[in-house]
Amino acid sequence: MNSNSRLKVFTTPFNSGNPVTVLVLGICSALAVTVKLQPAFVMAISVTVVTAFSNVIISFLRNTIPNSIRIIVQLLVIATLVILVNEILKAYVYDVSKQLSVYVGLIITNCILMGRLEAFALGNKPIPAFIDGIANGMGYGIILIIVAFFRELFGSGTVFGIQVIPESWYVTQGGFYLNNGLIILPPMALIILGCIIWIHRSINKDLQEK
Amino acid sequence: MENFINIFVQSIFIDNMIFAYFLGMCSYLAVSKSVKTANGLGIAVTFVLLITVPVNYLLNKFILSEGALAWASQSLGGIDLNFLSFIVFIAVIAWIVQVVEMVVEKFAPTLYNQLGIFLPLIAVNCAIMGASLFMQQRVGDVYHSFGDILAFALGSGVGWWLAIVGIAAIREKMKYSNVPKPLRGLGITFMVTGLMAIAFMSFMGIKLIN
Repeated sequence: MNSNSRLKVFTTPFNSGNPVTVLVLGICSALAVTVKLQPAFVMAISVTVVTAFSNVIISFLRNTIPNSIRIIVQLLVIATLVILVNEILKAYVYDVSKQLSVYVGLIITNCILMGRLEAFALGNKPIPAFIDGIANGMGYGIILIIVAFFRELFGSGTVFGIQVIPESWYVTQGGFYLNNGLIILPPMALIILGCIIWIHRSINKDLQEK
Repeated sequence: MENFINIFVQSIFIDNMIFAYFLGMCSYLAVSKSVKTANGLGIAVTFVLLITVPVNYLLNKFILSEGALAWASQSLGGIDLNFLSFIVFIAVIAWIVQVVEMVVEKFAPTLYNQLGIFLPLIAVNCAIMGASLFMQQRVGDVYHSFGDILAFALGSGVGWWLAIVGIAAIREKMKYSNVPKPLRGLGITFMVTGLMAIAFMSFMGIKLIN
């Protein structure tokens, strides 16, 4: 595999092969952890790490795994990595790990992982598989961060916990501004994601469905 | 008895797997083009939830949680195997899905033909894993008995079933409407799910379990 096709492997997940908006993989966690930027960011990193390393491990094992039991082998590799990530999160960022609650465990059933293992790692060498894993994790992470940015900005007036909307604008301080309470609630994540898909597909017309 | 009904209703409407937690979104989006297939998948998910959640509850109670091994011998009472729960749960789910598939094929061939393609997919459905993780999180303070767990599993399954049949019916009607091109398919499905979730939010704040 030359450097040009490696570059292609790296860039596809950001545009025409985005795991969330095009392939419809890994939606569950993409929506539930996006109320604030910090948990979304931690989640994005965790998923990137797990995708990259599970891709590498399965790619190393690709010639030794019998075809009939490959799903369970993949699940075990993923589950082991997720346990490691979960323990690390609990040790170093306990608050965030409490906020993410069950969604860390749900990385195991995140379809991006199985999808990439089946579609890429089983048929490619470890280095391209690693690049593919990193890129897909980041393609997923970008969507997470965009959704979380809007939800945090309009829902709480902050970005990464730092107050962006001036305090004096708020009604309580005699101003005119109120945080949008609706945007913190789960349904708005779906609508924001719908808007992202709308914009993405207006720019990239090849992706439109008939 | 009243308690079971409360938990059942709460998990269908208030803690709906799709509208409140976004679990099982991948198959929800992929298999909701017609009501008939959506119905099949809904039945399969409910069925598998009804078996996996109680099994994982027993495993959690007698093996995984802190001090659970005390029933085997006094010296094992201090062991906490909680960190193993992800891998145990996913292994149980994958295994039960296999067994259910074989049993259904042997004893109910008609049902098998209806569910056939969906059953293997369920192993990586976030709703199944999510229900087990929620069970583990809430056991002790919300759910106290085996009956509570059964009511929760059945309710979650029925809630998911309701959601997927609802969206499939809307998508069947939407074929005839003039949706903007970039929104067709995935985009509009997200928006409609968001609107349905807003409708389901009217149940929020109702407290059935104390």
